This record gives sequence, C-alpha cells and structure tokens, in this order.
Amino acid sequence: MSDIRGRTHLYGDNVNTDVIIPARYLTTSDAAELARHCMEDIDPEFVSKVEPGDVVVAGENFGCGSSREHAPIAIRAAGVSAVIAKTFARIFFRNAINTGLPALACAEAAASIKGDDEVAVDLASGRIENLTQGRTYQAEPFPPFLQEIVAAGGLVAYTRKRLARR
Amino acid sequence: MGHTITEKILAAHSGEAEVHPGQFVMARVDLMLGNDVTAPLAIEEFRNIGAGRLADAARVVLVADHATPNKDIEAAEQCRMMRDFSREQGVEHFFDVGRGGIEHALLPEEGLVAPGECIIGADSHTCTYGALGAFATGVGSTDLAATMATGECWLRVPESIRVAYRGGPKPWVGGKDLILYTIGKIGVAGARYQALEFCGEAIEALGMSGRLTMCNMAIEAGAKNGIIAPDATTEEYIRSVTGRSYTPQLSDPDAAYAHTVEIDCADIELQVAAPPLPENARPVQQMNDTAIDQVVIGSCTNGRIEDLREAAQVLKGRRVHPDVRLIVVPATRRVHLQAIKEGLAEVFVEAGGALSTPTCGPCLGMHMGVLAKGERAVATTNRNFVGRMGHPESEVYLAGPAVAAASALLGHIGSPEELR
Ligand code: SF4
Repeated sequence: MSDIRGRTHLYGDNVNTDVIIPARYLTTSDAAELARHCMEDIDPEFVSKVEPGDVVVAGENFGCGSSREHAPIAIRAAGVSAVIAKTFARIFFRNAINTGLPALACAEAAASIKGDDEVAVDLASGRIENLTQGRTYQAEPFPPFLQEIVAAGGLVAYTRKRLARR
Repeated sequence: MGHTITEKILAAHSGEAEVHPGQFVMARVDLMLGNDVTAPLAIEEFRNIGAGRLADAARVVLVADHATPNKDIEAAEQCRMMRDFSREQGVEHFFDVGRGGIEHALLPEEGLVAPGECIIGADSHTCTYGALGAFATGVGSTDLAATMATGECWLRVPESIRVAYRGGPKPWVGGKDLILYTIGKIGVAGARYQALEFCGEAIEALGMSGRLTMCNMAIEAGAKNGIIAPDATTEEYIRSVTGRSYTPQLSDPDAAYAHTVEIDCADIELQVAAPPLPENARPVQQMNDTAIDQVVIGSCTNGRIEDLREAAQVLKGRRVHPDVRLIVVPATRRVHLQAIKEGLAEVFVEAGGALSTPTCGPCLGMHMGVLAKGERAVATTNRNFVGRMGHPESEVYLAGPAVAAASALLGHIGSPEELR
C-alpha cells in the first residue's frame, strides 16, 4: 500500500533553505503564507505548478543552510507529500522528521527519476515506485530511534508522550 | 579505542560511559537558544506540547537579532511574542534591542558558553561555540520547543573529521581565510553530519575571535559541529568573561576519525568565495578586479572587535570608493561600545561608511542593506547563496575583514596589498 502518489518536481544539488523560503518572508510562521513563496528564488513557477500530493526530487545535500523550520513547513503546506533526495543536510532532515514531512534518502531514485514522472511511495518500507518508468527503488530505512518519532506523529506528540511518562 | 572530544561531551551529557558514531542519544542540554525568526515557532510548538513551564528557564537564551530593530509590524509582533514569553516563563537571558546583539557573537561574550558543555540552538550557526571546546549544534524550532519542555534533545553522535593546519598563516590571512580555504577543499557537503575538529599549529596560535569565525562556518561544509580543543587561549578567554566552573573534555590520542585533512598554511592566500556557494573559495588575486556596489562588515562570523580593528586598520585615513556603499555592523553592544571607545567608529564614518547598531539585517537580506537586482556585494558574512542578501539576481562574495575593507576602498574585489 502506498501512502503517497504524485508527480515529481526535479531540482539539483545543494538546494538551500534560503531558496526554499527566502528570509524576506520569515516574519511569519503561518504555513499557508509560507507556502505561497515556496521555492520562489529557485523556481518562481513552482507554486503555480505544484498539485497536492506531488513529490520533490533533488540531488545531494537537500535543505542545506539555515535551520529555518519554515522550509519543510512551506514545502508541506504547498501540497508536497514527500521529498526524495540523494542526501539531505542534517538540520533539514531532522526538521522534516520532527514536523512530519517524509524525507527519503535514495541515490538511485534521485538519479533515475525525471521531472513530471508519477511516483508512489510506501513510507513503512521505504519503497519508491516510478509508475511512469516502471521501476522501483529502495530508500534507506529510518533508524529505529527515528521510527519512534515518526510513528508518534512528530516530535511534539513524541515529547508529549515522554512527559506523560515522567 | 579512545574517543573524540565530541563523543566525550555527548557521552557525559547522556549518562553513558561511552558513545559511538551513529548512536542516537537523548542529551541533557546545558543551554538552548532561539532568535526572533525561530523562537516564535518554537513557542507555538512548546504550547502544543502542553508542558506549561520550561524545564529550566536559566538554560534558555532568547535573542532578538534578525529583523531588529523591528523592521516592520510583523517583526515587531515576533519580538513581542519572545518578550511576553520571557516574562511569563522567567527567562532572564532574553536579549532585547540595545541589550544584546547577534546571538553567536553575544553568547560567548556574555559568559554563557564554556568548554565541555552541550548547547543546541534553533539557528544553524550555533556551531560557533565549538571554538570554546563545547559541543554546539543547530536544530529546528520544534527541537527547541521539545528541549524547552524536557531539557533534553535527541542527537545522533557524529563521526569526526580532523583538520590539521601546519605552519603559520601569511600576512592578513586570518580565521576566515583558513575556513574558506578548507570549505573550498572539502566542499559544502564535505563534512555532512560529521564533526569538524580543527587542530594544528595555526589553530593553537589563533586567537579566540579567529577560532569563533572558523567554527561558525563549520555548517557551510555541512558539519554538525565544529570544535577546537580547549587550551590556554580558551581558559584566558573564559576567565575574562565569567567566573563559573566547567568540565573541559579533550580528544584521546587514540581517538578514531573518519579521516584527516592536512592543510599547509603556506598554501593559503587571502580568500574570496564567489556566489552561489561558500565552497567557491579562491585566492583574492583571481577575482580579476570584479566591480562591486556594497561592502558589509559584520555578522556572527566577522563582527567582533578584532574584525572591526582589522577593517579600520585598512580604512583609516582613506575614503570609500564613490561607487561603493560600506555598511559596518558591530556584532554586539559591547563591540559597538568598544569600537566607539577605540576611535574605530570615527574611522568608519570618516571613510564614508554607515555604522549600524548590532543586527543580522543585511547578512540574510532581511533589512539594513538589501541588494537590488544585479548588485554585487563583498561581505564578511558566511553565506553567498542565491538571493541571500536581497534580489535573487544580486551576488554576494564572502571574504575576511581586510579584503572587505580594501574592496570598499578600491571599488572592486581586491586585497589590502593593492592599497600601497
Ligand atoms: S549574522 Fe547572519 S549568519 Fe549570523 S545569526 Fe545572524 S543571520 Fe545568521
């Protein structure tokens, strides 16, 4: 069973958080407002092209730069259901885990998927299916520690549980 | 098998006898930080967690530095949220306009950071404090919220890369040149998820300001943290800012490293990193007299008094090129005051520069020096990404204070040697 299905938007290496959501929009943390400017400095058309469920696919070091959590929030609020990249910058990755944006590291998928391919992702197994090309890829599984946070529904819910146990 | 300083600090903070790279730990955090961009989101998430009170208000630091003095109504609302929260929760280390400055220059100066400590901040340049022999790393707002509620943060123990600098640097070459050169060598993802441990003769001889500049930019190589073993320089610095006690850690001689990068300082010229990535570092001589519109001297990377002294030494008695705007931003109120006392403020204003109150402003293109389409700047900041200082078609070249000041006078990217 795939939780995610959508068309891909393709980007290169080192997509940084400044182009995902420029600083000039950081005086708000309103998700809908942030979504309106998502990817603006790298792809001004993105917001008009993206459809609910779409998937962002990129190369190395996706989300490098600033720690702004506004970046994964903007991507998710724009309707993106998952990001697949060859590798992720670490703060972006933890922000994605913490806020519930699926972030899958898979070099093979990143190299093979083209723009506007249709893909389906099964989060539990990390299986990525390219429906356009008829290929499947296997993303790196989350370590058990992170699976717990993901299973809880993000860090807020996970922390609430931890506090309740104290 | 021994352990690195990073592993030892993380073990000491998670109640483990030892930890290994790749291991996940819940670390007890000595200090946590947020600013006017990241704290409002953290405060919202803190409320969502429903903890009610901070685990320990004394360990929380909130700094209004990014869009301050408030650039618009939205910025004012974000700062008010921090201010109200600080009052409600009894956060003593809330630094408002005029009382603080740029977070990463401010915290060491206020004596809030010491060797062996574990610090997280909802800001990527939190890695700066590794210069004091602390483990410090950037996280997101939700991480800050959870840490405010529990006092703990989840961390993956990083592998460490040793970067050893042999010999002494050439004239004018400083911490900024060393780190730009290093990022140029290993790339913006060269230390992704890893610790960068800086050592060697040049580091031992480097003052605290240069060390802070180097660790500040560890993130620009993708690193989780930058770190320098505490030594006499560290101890002297700490004693000058705080009287409190601390437990330093050092790497064992047989600690395991992912690899070692050997750098000979004789190879390092004054560096400039061309847009759009800090890894595009090259000797200033190769910039071919690139014409510029603006120079910014400041930020958490190079806004300390030592940086302003270096810039003033170049600018003294000279005039900024008519086609260039020079903006000088002391990183903290103490730096600002010291710059006035030493006559540096006079040098900058006499030269035709604009002297600003401490703020991140121009560094992230938020306010106080935003670039127009097609404009080019030399900045002593840490990022030259697309649109970092303004219009997506503007450009940022990264350099140290000496090159930035010389470029302001020359009207193009150049070195202080050209001024003779
Ligand atoms: S000066 Fe620039 S890099 Fe440093 S904290 Fe402020 S915005 Fe971030």
